[in-house]
Amino acid sequence: MTAPETLLSVQGISKAFGGVQALSGVSISVARGSVYGLIGPNGAGKTTLFNVITGLIAPDAGCCTLDGRRLTGEPVHRVVQMGIARTFQNIRLFHQMSALENVMVGMHARSRTGALGAILRTRTVREEEARLEADAHALLERVGVEAHANDPAGSLPYGLQRRLEIARALASRPNMVALDEPAAGMNASETASLRELIVGLRDGGTTVLLIEHDVRLVMGLCDRVAVLDHGQLIAEGVPAQVQADPAVIEAYLGAPAAEPGARAAGRPH
Amino acid sequence: MPEARSAAPPAASRAGPAGSPLARSVLSVLAIAALLLAPFLVDALLGRAWVRVLDLVMLYTMLALGLNIVVGFAGLLDLGYIAFFAVGAYLYALCASPHFGLHLPFWLLLPAAALVAGLFGMLLGAPTLKLRGDYLAIVTLGFGEIIRIFLNNLNAPVNLTNGPQGITLIRPIEVAGVSMAKMHSIGPVSFPSLYNYYYLFLVLTLLVIFVSARLQHSRVGRAWVAIREDELAASASGVNTRNLKLLAFAMGASFGGIAGSLYASFQGFVSPESFGLMESIMVLCMVVLGGMGNIRGVVLGAALLVTLPEALRYIGPLQRSLFGQVHVEPSDLRLLLFGVALVLVMRWRPAGLWPSAVRRREFVAARAAAGDMPGGPGISTDGKPSP
Repeated sequence: MTAPETLLSVQGISKAFGGVQALSGVSISVARGSVYGLIGPNGAGKTTLFNVITGLIAPDAGCCTLDGRRLTGEPVHRVVQMGIARTFQNIRLFHQMSALENVMVGMHARSRTGALGAILRTRTVREEEARLEADAHALLERVGVEAHANDPAGSLPYGLQRRLEIARALASRPNMVALDEPAAGMNASETASLRELIVGLRDGGTTVLLIEHDVRLVMGLCDRVAVLDHGQLIAEGVPAQVQADPAVIEAYLGAPAAEPGARAAGRPH
Repeated sequence: MPEARSAAPPAASRAGPAGSPLARSVLSVLAIAALLLAPFLVDALLGRAWVRVLDLVMLYTMLALGLNIVVGFAGLLDLGYIAFFAVGAYLYALCASPHFGLHLPFWLLLPAAALVAGLFGMLLGAPTLKLRGDYLAIVTLGFGEIIRIFLNNLNAPVNLTNGPQGITLIRPIEVAGVSMAKMHSIGPVSFPSLYNYYYLFLVLTLLVIFVSARLQHSRVGRAWVAIREDELAASASGVNTRNLKLLAFAMGASFGGIAGSLYASFQGFVSPESFGLMESIMVLCMVVLGGMGNIRGVVLGAALLVTLPEALRYIGPLQRSLFGQVHVEPSDLRLLLFGVALVLVMRWRPAGLWPSAVRRREFVAARAAAGDMPGGPGISTDGKPSP
């Protein structure tokens, strides 16, 4: 296939935890400006792959590159600087800090002020601080949390916490955001507005890597989908193609695909 | 009484935002006047011994604010913090006493103490970067003891620290040719040594408060709190956790070093036994009791924990006048009451006596809504160190 320009390239990633092979030889490539879905049953290795890409875990083999620059081996904060920001499956906000401060921490990688600057509070520092604050307000506006800018993040309702975490990830102005189950625990209308948010991101030129269990969301949103099962990539392609893949159906239903056509019509989940 | 006075500036700035600009400036003027007149008032009302207590309040405030950066902001539990105080104190003692015959000037030794203690802070920080909570506490505790034991034993084969005897005849601080140890007079007003030290310590304490506040409300301060709240999420947000933790250790330690060098010259004598584990715990209590992460709370904590034991000394004479004899030794009572106070505070105000609560954030929000833009976002700091 004549793929468009590749932004993220994952090559032959393997990772074992003790005796469990969490990932074995997984390779995917994510095109710039696309929404790329990563699905699979629980324990398939999706989050592990996220952790490898974002530098939280060092792989046993393989490497990842972003825009041709090697990510693997870089510390976590460097990966953010290089252009990948992420959210977590179980939301990890700074609960005691305000929503605004959470987003401003997300801007750490693209701001400069050091200890001496902070103490002297020079003109440059004041300007940077004002710029960060304005940007943070704009981001909160974009994800719909602006009304709670000064509330402690821990006091926000669940759906808003998810959105705030996305805003914090976007704060570093990444080339790619990796969202780990952003729709988990959301109701239908929350999911719908999340979908709008992701579409807006893509239209704004941000590449999105998405782990999601909501199959309807994934199939409707993603340009391409990869399916992991027991640490192996079992299918990759456009949503319709993946949905019809017998191996995928088997992985989800845990039974030999005796009647693939009939089962593929149902929700493989 | 003195504790109320030394807590005056925070009280004024707390009342400030709520009141009109006029009320605010009146309060500031009153606070400044109270701070400037404090030694005279305390001397007149309570006696010269309390001026010394006032000096110690300033000294411990600096120390507690340094630990507050490590424990309160960055959430790194440090049980050996007094080691940096010791480093500062010994640096001054060795370089301004007959022990080596060195008499380096104060203006050189003060920054040197900050620098050397800061380096020791990094020395402690570097191997403990991966440790959290209990494990970090144990390593830092060990570090504190190592420094003390070194000071105790480095008198042989080469006599560096003079061992358990400590170093005596430390030269008093001289600022621009004015010795802190001598009585000075300006017109009819005379300034005894304790007064001189008070004003010097006051200036430096205000400087330390200023630096703490500036750091807290900055990109650096936000990153520290983020590390305290969730280190992994902080690094995934682009925070270089390694460097910022080292910075917290170094900044905290340098405050300790400054306080230490002042202490050495103030006492004129240092010995290893002044830098034991109990001292570390005492400083930690000032931070925790006052309100971890909140500068005002920490100042209050330091003021209370320095003055209360002194106030308890009056219990002895009080008993004698009431019962004709002393039933309970004040020194026994001090630790008992101290323990009870700790238990009560932790039970009823676990975030400290003066936490920067979420409620204050609501005031900020209300003010912003009223069109009065706050100076900067406040950082909520009433958290506990992350496990």
